[in-house]
Amino acid sequence: MTLAETLVEVIGLTKSFGSIKAVDNISLSVNRGEVLGFLGPNGAGKSTSMKMITGFLTPTSGTIKISGNDISVNPIEAKASIGYLPEGAPAYGEMTPLNFLSFVAEVRGIDKSARASKVDEIINKIHLERVAHQPIETLSKGFKRRVGIAQAILHDPEILILDEPTDGLDPNQKHEIRALIKEMAADKAILISTHILEEVESVCTKAIIISNGGVIFSGSPIELSSKSRYHNAITLVVINKDIEKTTKILKELEEVMTIEHVAEAELTRVTLIPHSSEVEISSLVKARMADYECEILQLYIEPGRLDEVFRSLTNQQESGEVIRS
Amino acid sequence: MKGFFPIFKREFRSYFDTPVAYVFIVIFLVLNGVFTFYVGGFYDRGLADLSPFFEFHPWLYMFLIPAISMRLWSEERKAGTIELMLTLPISLSASVFGKFFAAWCFTIVALLGTVPIWLTVNYLGQPDNTVIAASYLGSILMAGGFLSIGSCVSALTKNQVIAFVTSFMICLVFNLSGFPMVLDVFASWAPQSIVDVIASFSFLTHFDSIQKGVIDLRDIIFFASLIIFWLYLNVIAIEVNKSN
Repeated sequence: MTLAETLVEVIGLTKSFGSIKAVDNISLSVNRGEVLGFLGPNGAGKSTSMKMITGFLTPTSGTIKISGNDISVNPIEAKASIGYLPEGAPAYGEMTPLNFLSFVAEVRGIDKSARASKVDEIINKIHLERVAHQPIETLSKGFKRRVGIAQAILHDPEILILDEPTDGLDPNQKHEIRALIKEMAADKAILISTHILEEVESVCTKAIIISNGGVIFSGSPIELSSKSRYHNAITLVVINKDIEKTTKILKELEEVMTIEHVAEAELTRVTLIPHSSEVEISSLVKARMADYECEILQLYIEPGRLDEVFRSLTNQQESGEVIRS
Repeated sequence: MKGFFPIFKREFRSYFDTPVAYVFIVIFLVLNGVFTFYVGGFYDRGLADLSPFFEFHPWLYMFLIPAISMRLWSEERKAGTIELMLTLPISLSASVFGKFFAAWCFTIVALLGTVPIWLTVNYLGQPDNTVIAASYLGSILMAGGFLSIGSCVSALTKNQVIAFVTSFMICLVFNLSGFPMVLDVFASWAPQSIVDVIASFSFLTHFDSIQKGVIDLRDIIFFASLIIFWLYLNVIAIEVNKSN
């Protein structure tokens, strides 16, 4: 096994606009083969950080190393190894995807002889054949986003930085883009920002949450979900007529801290949160239900709910800010 | 200057991908015709030269050139494509020069549309063709000067209307800087040497001498250094302003 190769290394990144600190002392690294999910509420500083990492904005302080090149010292070498999809996937509206991609290929220094075939290859890969000759400004949001992704991966960069790659896409398109990211992940370092939490679970190997410019969580998606109060909770589905009895008998279990109900048409989902996420209560619950002859239609152990962790982490931070100021 | 050529090509093509090129060229030629034949009295003068044609160029460029230059950077900033361009592995000056030269070449294409006037005057009489060639050179240089101002101003704002009006004002000042209305502002408090320097910035004076057929190196250096100065400011304006 070879040692992991760090392609993106960010230390103490800070950006102030006047007296406002948009990004405050963020450090992160992405190795080859990793997909880092960059999470946070809108306005938390995700895009600003990405703009600095790609060399568009100059940081107030901190260092950024891209494939070993400091972006403030060797910007051109550093930028050459990055493929970047800026927020909103901007492109020249009057150009067709074909001309636009040829232009990017030329600026990226792809040989004239290889250029046409490279552009064709990308157009096929991203499924832009149907719109290749239409001005980009006439395309739908999904196609515009795909053009943006196409220009980012055209030169087969070892680092990919994608700012909300699936924003505004329909579920099929989202799935397609995620599959593409996963496919490319093995030999690249990928940094994606998103506020869609399912995306973190499905494509990311690491996650960072930032709020108000600072990092409030850094770890794997599993570590993130284990911070949920639902981590190792038990959810069982029972028929509505059994609900009162079930609640009563399960309440008596000492290990159970809280019981929550979600009623559906004829069934109810009952979620039991144990006092400690270390405790395994499923067998206990099953035995208890059997004793009282209550039927369990379905039972599962919750891994944790990311949206709930996200909300509690970012809200905590926000209310913390209020108290301090 | 890695990246200069692709940027130049893309930019130059973009004029013809939109109606901008055609609208501009038609209006440029119509206005040139109006000024030359009606206001300038091309036929009535009974002289085989093109001075009624060239005389109006500083005034024509003053508002037509800002119309070309206003979109150079404002549009990139508004559409967000500036982020795309500045994260490509090329230097900022390559982008600035690439865009500037594309706009300049486009102006030259529009100016080439006036060649029939040159042919007409040769048909009607025996003009001094070297003077006319020199005038074309002067006109091209002056257009470059106006364009560099406009390009720099357009880097300062996302709003094309503001870019247009501001460039127009600065171009007007450069046109009029040999005139009392500009010089009087300075004459009351600044030393004479400064007033002379300001007067020497007049596009009219420099263009006038070239237009008479005198290609003085100083006039060429004037326009060349003016262009370099404004493009240098342009680079700084983008550096400072890109985050807003």
